[in-house]
Order: sequence, then C-alpha cells, then structure tokens
Amino acid sequence: MTAPLVDIRSVSHRFGQHTVLKDVSLQIEPGSYTILLGPSGSGKTTLLSILGGFVTPSEGKVFIRGEDCTSVPPAKRPTTTVFQDYALFPHMSVGSNVGFGLRMQGVDGATRAAKARAALALVGLAAAFDKKPHQLSGGQRQRVALARALVIEPAVLLLDEPLGALDLKLRRQMQDELKAIQKRVGTAFIHVTHDQEEAMALADHCVVMNDGRIEDEGPPERVYARPATRFSATFMGESTILAGTVTEAGDRTGTVATPVGPVSVPGALPVGSGVVLAIRPEHLVLGTAAGSVKLGTARVSDIVFQGSFKRVLAVSVEDPSLHFIARLPATATVRPGDTVAVSCDTDQIILLTD
Amino acid sequence: MSRIVRVISWLYAIAVYGFIFLPVVVLVLFSLQATSFPIPPFTGPSLRWYDAVLSDTRLTSALVNSLLVASISSLAAATLGFLSAWGFARFVLPGSGLLRGLITLPLTVSYLIIGMGLLVLFNWAGLPKSLLAAGIGHVVINLPLCFAIIYSQMGDHQINIERAARDLGAPEWKVLLLITVPVMAPAIFAGFFLSMTFSWDEFVISFLLTRFDTTLPVEIWNLLRSGLNPKTNAVGSLVFAVSIVLVVLFELTLLRRRKA
Repeated sequence: MTAPLVDIRSVSHRFGQHTVLKDVSLQIEPGSYTILLGPSGSGKTTLLSILGGFVTPSEGKVFIRGEDCTSVPPAKRPTTTVFQDYALFPHMSVGSNVGFGLRMQGVDGATRAAKARAALALVGLAAAFDKKPHQLSGGQRQRVALARALVIEPAVLLLDEPLGALDLKLRRQMQDELKAIQKRVGTAFIHVTHDQEEAMALADHCVVMNDGRIEDEGPPERVYARPATRFSATFMGESTILAGTVTEAGDRTGTVATPVGPVSVPGALPVGSGVVLAIRPEHLVLGTAAGSVKLGTARVSDIVFQGSFKRVLAVSVEDPSLHFIARLPATATVRPGDTVAVSCDTDQIILLTD
Repeated sequence: MSRIVRVISWLYAIAVYGFIFLPVVVLVLFSLQATSFPIPPFTGPSLRWYDAVLSDTRLTSALVNSLLVASISSLAAATLGFLSAWGFARFVLPGSGLLRGLITLPLTVSYLIIGMGLLVLFNWAGLPKSLLAAGIGHVVINLPLCFAIIYSQMGDHQINIERAARDLGAPEWKVLLLITVPVMAPAIFAGFFLSMTFSWDEFVISFLLTRFDTTLPVEIWNLLRSGLNPKTNAVGSLVFAVSIVLVVLFELTLLRRRKA
C-alpha cells in the first residue's frame, strides 16, 4: 500500500471562541472521489478551506503527497479549488480564464491556448473559448470553473458545493458528468455537499461530518447499509430510530427491550447497555405480510407519493413518540388513518450504541 | 384639485431648476456678448471674447496648469484611494472602523482649513508655494472621495475571484494588477473623474498654495479683480464645459458598472 495522497492528522480549528473542527483525521487515496457530507455548520467547508490553503488550522497537520502543506499558501500547493460561486474572472474571456493558471506558471501563449482548448473540450465547452463568462449559463460557468482548475493538473481538486447553485435537473446531469470527468482525468476529487443523494451517486469514499467531527467514513454502500452512528443513519438516507436496552446477549444475537416489545437483533452487546436500533424505510414491512421481528402496530399519518414508490409515515400505537418511516411500492393500498402491523427482518436491523 | 397640485409642482420644479441653472445660463449668454460689458441688452452672438481668452497666454498657461494638476493629482488620489480601500476590504486591521472614519474625515473639513494647514506645514517643511503644493492639496481632498467610492463597490464576491487567482498560482501583486484593478475599473474611473472635476475648479487651496504658476480658477479670480467683462464670462463658460464633460464621464462609468 502506497502512502495516502492526502493525510490530515488531528486537525482542529477555531474561529474565535467557536470550535468548528475537533481533532479530525482523514486519509485520501490517489484517484479517489471523496465526498465530505454534512449539514451546514458541520465543518466540512472549513476542512476543504484548510486543504486548499485558505485557512491554516489551529492545530494538526496536513500532508499532501507526503509533504507538510499545513501553512503553504494556496498558490504553492498542488491543489485547486472550484468555488461555489465559480469565481470566474468577469473581465477575461473563457479561454483566458482557463489559461490563467498556466499563464501564472509562465507557459507561452500558444501552448496555453492549446491546453485551455483541450480542457474546455473535456468539459464539453469547446465552442465557448472566446465568450465572456456573463454570456454563459450557470451550468456552463460551472464547467469553465472545472476546466480552469483541472488544466494545471493539480494533485487534488477541491469542489465547494459545486452543484449547489444549479436546478435539480441540471444538478443530476452535472453529477454524472463530474463522475465521468473524474474517471477520465484520474485526479483525486474532494467534494463538499449537504445533499446525500449527490454523495451516494458520486463518492468512492464518503465522509459524513457533524458538529466538527467525522461521524462515519467509507464506501457509500457500507455507510448506507451499516452506518456507524445514529447521526449518519439519519443523515445519509432516512431511518426509523428505536431506543432500547439489551436484556439478553447470545453468541451472535441479542434481545433488546424497546417501547414496542422485545426485539432480537444481530450482534451481541453487554446486558444492560443502552442501544439504538435503526431500520431503513425499504426494510420496514407494513400490514399482514409480517417479517420475523414484530414492532407492534402503527397508525398511518401521512403518505407521500414519489412516483416509483410511496413514502409512508406512521405513528406507533404503543409509543406515540415513535415514528416509523417506510417505503412501499407505488401500488400499495394504505390510507392515512389505517392501523397496520409493523415488522422487519432481524438481519436488516442496524445496531448502534447510543 | 389634482390639476392644481400638478401645476404647482411643475412651477416648483421650474423655479428650482431656474434657481440652479439661471446664473450659468446668464454667464454663458453674456460670454457671447459683442460689446464690452456683460450686461443687458444682449448684443451678440460673437466669439470675440473666446478669441481674447485663447490669445491670452496667462489664461492658456493657467488652463494647461489646471489640466496637469487635475489629472496628476486625481491619478494619485485614485491610486491611493484604491489601495486603501483594498486594504480595508481585504485585511482585518486593528481599529479598522476608526481608521476608515479618519480617512474619510477630510470630506467634512472645509477646504480653507485644509489649505491653511498645508500652507503652515509646507512652510515648515520648506516646500515653496507651487503647482506641486496645490496638487498635493488636491490629493488630500480627493483621496477620501476616491476611497469612499471604491470601498463601497468592493463586495464579497470579488474575494472569491481573488482567491481563485491566488489558488491558480498568482502572486499577490499579479492578483491586484490582473484581477482586482480590472474588476474594480469602473469604480476607480468614477473616482478619478470625480476627483478631476473637483480639482479642476478648486479655488481656495490653489489660491493659498500657488504663487507664480497658478491654476485657472486663481487666474480667473485675478481677472475679476479688474472688474467684470465678457472675457471672464468666456473663460468661466470654458471651465463649466470641461466640468460637464468630466461629470458625464463619471456618470457613464458608474452607470455602466450598475448595468454589468
């Protein structure tokens, strides 16, 4: 195993009295697409600014390609940033925008133009070379910003909520293109977002952040199927959350006392410890076709039709503070006010320590 | 009722604009007088007094002096104003609010006080009365103006643009020269042209700080001491015309900025 491309070691950062990053360590592999996912105020943008060199952390070190870059200015480190507002130079043509980084490296005009054209072709904007940024649409400016950052061949490309300003359709389209471009150039991308769908679609490596800490990291499939914390179980996709206490501990399974009765769970924990059970919406079974674990009955409070499926919200009869979130086929015939039995399979229960 | 209100508001508007512009109209009208006194009845139109102005070397050299002082002092004021605005907008400085207040303070001090202060200071420093001294005086009065105009146009959006340039490898002086100055150009030009306007017809400071070579307003004052004649009207009209051109340039640059 080679050394990681980016190695963040115990980074903390404070703005005045406010601590925004608390002892964060993270390693990023060459050629990977990493997503920093979290709500606003989780510290993800600060972490990106520290990687870009715009912020020097209060504590900790940042190594890029094995070199200590902690306080190296942005101009001198092998990273480039795609800003949320694109930050194109309004007085320059698109071609000059893309060629700017090469110009700063002293590359001659002809080579610069050729490379800028190639970079624009990469993002599908070869025809925009002579245009001014204000003549382009939001999605096109986004691509120019991407080309401008990629043309100087950085070791790491940093993207600060790059799709945040685009409408939903364009967003999904750009999302696919970003992934394709990343695979083609092979540069490591680090991308900040609060959109979990974007995170699941793009990431090779998903880092869930909350309150200045990394809650969970790994391949998005793993983070979704087996979230490490209660926060990541609710932020990366939805979950029904059940609190309880372990009453029996077997070899590979245990039993947890919950407000809706005893529930057998995969995995063993010491008797008496408090745990949280998370169940993904697609794993909850409503109605007669019962799974192996009974979760009592619930009154359906709301049904949201989402095209390919129905999102059903139901309140437990046994414990009105418990809200079930289930995903049923679009053809399901539940109605608001129905009382239904709720169940699921033992294997699908995610056991979290509280 | 509303008819009466409309008539009254029209009359009021005419009275206000008349009050502002009638003196200028009279000045320009009698600069075209054919006879020797700028009093009714109007005997023109004639360009003989303009001819007299342009063949008077004292007046023409004063005009050239005025243009020189105005353009060079405004260039200095716009440059210094831009740099200070950039400093205040981009860096966290101790006592930033107080310092910003201090830099705009000369706007509220009368030109007479500034001129007298500079007279005493230059006397003490050994700088003789000259166009240079007057030019420095004009920088003192116009720098706060340029600062205020440019500072007001420095938004947060440009911070990211500058960051992007730095991120792509630009050293600080290139960021300023290749990014910030072109992006801020409308505000910088607006400051420059407004400074030109103020410097162009500034009298008190030039009067106090120049001696042999002097600016046009001071020369006009010299002319006025020997009484009114259409020649003073003609030179006054010329000053007014140049001021209008400068103000229009100022408005145009600001307007273009708002459209962009």
